[in-house]
Amino acid sequence: MKVLTLIEAVTDALRVEMSADKSVIVFGEDVGLEGGVFRATTGLQRDFGEGRCFDTPISESGIVGAAVGMAVAGLKPVVEIQFSGFAFPAFNQIVSHVARMRNRSRGALTAPMVIRMPYGGGIRAPEHHSESVEALFGHIPGLKVVIPSTPHDAKGLLIAAIRDPDPVIFLEPARAYRAVRQEVPDDGYTVEIGTARIEAEGDELTLISYGAQMIEARLARAALAAEGRSVELIDLRTIYPFDARTVVESVRKTGRVLAVHEGPQTFGVAAELMATIMEKAFDRLEAPPARLTGPDVIYPMPRGERHYLLTAEHVLAEARKVLSYEP
Amino acid sequence: MFENYDPREGKLLRLLDETGKLAAVPDGMPLLPDDRALDAYRTMVMSRQVDEWAVSLNRQGRMPTYVLNKGQEANSIGAVMAVRPDDWFVPAFRELGGMLVRGISLAQYYLYWYGNEWANHMPREEMHMLPISVPVGSQMVHAVGLAWAERYNGSDRIALTFMGEGASSEGDFHEACNLAGVWKSGVVFYAQNNNWSISLPWSKQSASATLAEKAFAYGFPGIRVDGNDIFAVYAAVRMAADRARSGAGPTLIEGLTYRLGAHTTSDDPSRYRTDAEVKEWEARDPLPRLETYLLHKGLLTQEQTSSIRQKSLECAQAAFEEVVNQEDTLLDDTFRYLYSDMPEVMAAQLARRQA
Repeated sequence: MKVLTLIEAVTDALRVEMSADKSVIVFGEDVGLEGGVFRATTGLQRDFGEGRCFDTPISESGIVGAAVGMAVAGLKPVVEIQFSGFAFPAFNQIVSHVARMRNRSRGALTAPMVIRMPYGGGIRAPEHHSESVEALFGHIPGLKVVIPSTPHDAKGLLIAAIRDPDPVIFLEPARAYRAVRQEVPDDGYTVEIGTARIEAEGDELTLISYGAQMIEARLARAALAAEGRSVELIDLRTIYPFDARTVVESVRKTGRVLAVHEGPQTFGVAAELMATIMEKAFDRLEAPPARLTGPDVIYPMPRGERHYLLTAEHVLAEARKVLSYEP
Repeated sequence: MFENYDPREGKLLRLLDETGKLAAVPDGMPLLPDDRALDAYRTMVMSRQVDEWAVSLNRQGRMPTYVLNKGQEANSIGAVMAVRPDDWFVPAFRELGGMLVRGISLAQYYLYWYGNEWANHMPREEMHMLPISVPVGSQMVHAVGLAWAERYNGSDRIALTFMGEGASSEGDFHEACNLAGVWKSGVVFYAQNNNWSISLPWSKQSASATLAEKAFAYGFPGIRVDGNDIFAVYAAVRMAADRARSGAGPTLIEGLTYRLGAHTTSDDPSRYRTDAEVKEWEARDPLPRLETYLLHKGLLTQEQTSSIRQKSLECAQAAFEEVVNQEDTLLDDTFRYLYSDMPEVMAAQLARRQA
């Protein structure tokens, strides 16, 4: 066991898998010598050589497209897109090839790879560095989309993603990279993709979140607990295919639900959660399912971030409304 | 050898002229052997018949939109013949001839345009080939990745990829050429320049005089060949493949060619190009050109040409009936192959559709 931050857990997972499997290749912009702009790949080039961890030109479509060829030929590329806001040039490759290869070849060819990218705001970054893109990827058939919020999950989910026979979009909440430290086992354990984690049990309200927003959700839950309210906190962890069973079971127990995420509201992850809850827990609801999300606006530059980001106070206020709702 | 054919000096590699006469082949230049030239001819006739029968089926309402190869066959046939059967072949969507060289059955080819994904079921170790790629230019970067993986695994396999001239306006053309240049990839880029991207001529596609000269900016050679001359195509690709295999890096080959048919069966080329232009290119048709060569050399007789044509047509017709009689795409298949294990949410959707 060692105590790691989320980003250190990412590095640890890459190291474990590169040691275990020679087909695992890590590449992207500035990931080699520099170890990535956030340092997620620190030391990998030194320890595994330039042949297995290397820098590419600034070429997101080229990175992902080359990974398609490598994966078809049997390698396991783990590529880094420097910021999720720079993923868009690679969208054609992701949508048209990465996600489709297995299906369109009826299983003859596959393109298993991990596309890692930091995402989300709160790090005072320039324009185009703070987008939440999980709903975009979650809507593409053929992809899995994963977002850890803790070091333990980051390592276990990333190892699971690397071993997964299908392509995985691995979104790392940049604001949470160094915000939490946690004991992480040394070995190559996995956290199953497609499973949510009940972080804290409760029976009056189900609070669902993921990524950096979990930081605010935890604070809100603690404040409510201090007032004697019992809130079940779920870390969704996988956006697609998400763990509907855990979500629905929890809401059927509590009768009230609030889903919180940073990305825009319309067609967001919470919308899908709400729809699933209406289908599967309608008869047990004691209040309308509620969502608290980013607004449908362009993510602002740093001086405007506070107008966009949700804090624990926002979550708390909304949770109180749901808890006190009476028809 | 490529330096003798610098496209920036207006040079073009041509060995077989429009009358079917083979020029003296420069020393050291690979020459397509006669027996393989005869194979190429048979494949070219087959490709032509497969096309013509598909057009006829389309008019009968039996075949959906179909992409035509007519007039461009020498490009992919000569190129795929010039690489090893275990080299990667990464097509765009106008390489029927090359696919036939690789051993794709006519039924499998028709199945694709008939609209069934099982046509793309190409086991990696048997075919070393990717399925047809529709998003323009996007397959070029796959070839770079395939070549990278082969080198990583210690193999000397290379990747041969195709694109049309219109792909040179796409970002992936740039990204693929740039990566391949930097990585000295074992890749051969073959651009079929048929002058028309549906309705847009090369003059409005690019301000570059030639497509091949773009290669020099990426740090590797580019060469223009007469794409309707199978000997020139074969020679250029063979030299580029040797170069790629040796670790010296990629080559960009521009094959000057012309699609004698429409872009697809849904296209009407009379809206954008003249009959005179088509006539001019009919005189440069790669098929009669190769036929004349083989006839003059005594490798083929007139009687054989008609029997090869007739047999090819019969094969195409039989292949299509095989496709029509095949079981159609199953609902289950459209779900089952998306992921290794079907997620629960999809299983529920499938169950609803089956109910």
